[in-house]
Amino acid sequence: MTHAVANPTPIPLSIPIRQTLPYAIFVGVLSLLAMYFVGAEQGALAIFEGTSVHELVHDARHLLGFPCH
Amino acid sequence: MPLTDSVTSETRPESASAALTVRSVLIWGLLAGLVGGLLAFGFAAAFGEPSVDRAIELEEAAGAPAGESHGHAEGAAEEEEGFTRAFQSTVGLGIGSVVFGLGLGGLFGLAFAFAYGRIGTRTPGSTALAVAGIGYVAVVLVPFLTYPANPPAVGSADTIGDRTALFFAMIGISVVLVIAGTVLARSLTPRLGGFTATAVSVLGYVVVVTAVAKLLPSFQEIPKDFPGDLIWDFRIASLGTSAVLWAAIGVTFAVLMTRSLRRTA
Repeated sequence: MTHAVANPTPIPLSIPIRQTLPYAIFVGVLSLLAMYFVGAEQGALAIFEGTSVHELVHDARHLLGFPCH
Repeated sequence: MPLTDSVTSETRPESASAALTVRSVLIWGLLAGLVGGLLAFGFAAAFGEPSVDRAIELEEAAGAPAGESHGHAEGAAEEEEGFTRAFQSTVGLGIGSVVFGLGLGGLFGLAFAFAYGRIGTRTPGSTALAVAGIGYVAVVLVPFLTYPANPPAVGSADTIGDRTALFFAMIGISVVLVIAGTVLARSLTPRLGGFTATAVSVLGYVVVVTAVAKLLPSFQEIPKDFPGDLIWDFRIASLGTSAVLWAAIGVTFAVLMTRSLRRTA
């Protein structure tokens, strides 16, 4: 039953936080920005003028549970 | 090309075990977010849009006489930035869901990178599912129970600032409390054992987050004659949309990761 696996790669037990942090900042900001545009832009806060972002993602914003208007 | 590829992957041992690095975790997260966003879009289009449409019809019917009630009827007529309802409920909903899914997928990957090996789960796959489950409760369910989702036609323009700030504050508080609960469970585990430590932390989270939710101001802005079944349908569809999103992200992520790790191992 035991078949020899040549040079098995051990799966690390955790990912070092020092390795994660730079990515966390970069991806974290981008992700939050993407979610902000769907969830809140041109509602209570606005980066861009007008209502086109709000109107475009309107239904997703409601159905994802964000306060809309 | 293939030669150099195989050489580098053989000569550099860390790139072989690189399967579980932040970078690959983030790629799985984004792919999972894409899948989650598309499935959430499907669910929302099928089960959410009927109540959104119904609410907008009511809003438009009521909009004309009650000119003050802020709404899309007047909004859409005034600012012709316009997307038609047909566009909003299909393309718009799809774009919103997928963009949100990608963002959430990225954050999910990060959360996994921090959680893996630190929350007492045994395999990467079970960690991913645990993060999805805990995340849904902390980021969706608890904030929803505090500030429930509302269909169009519900909500006063005067309070949108407060409601938005409090909704995001509730998400933030809930996430901080979950992290605190995880740290607590970890520190109690040597003394109490994993099960009791987890139970104590979960109970602590529930008690504190309930107290916070009750202390924060609440809003009751549903118009008096607004149909209750419409509110119910909309809210269930909203919870369902998020459930599909989170479940799809967790499962897709776990499957992608487990398959890649098996291949590299």
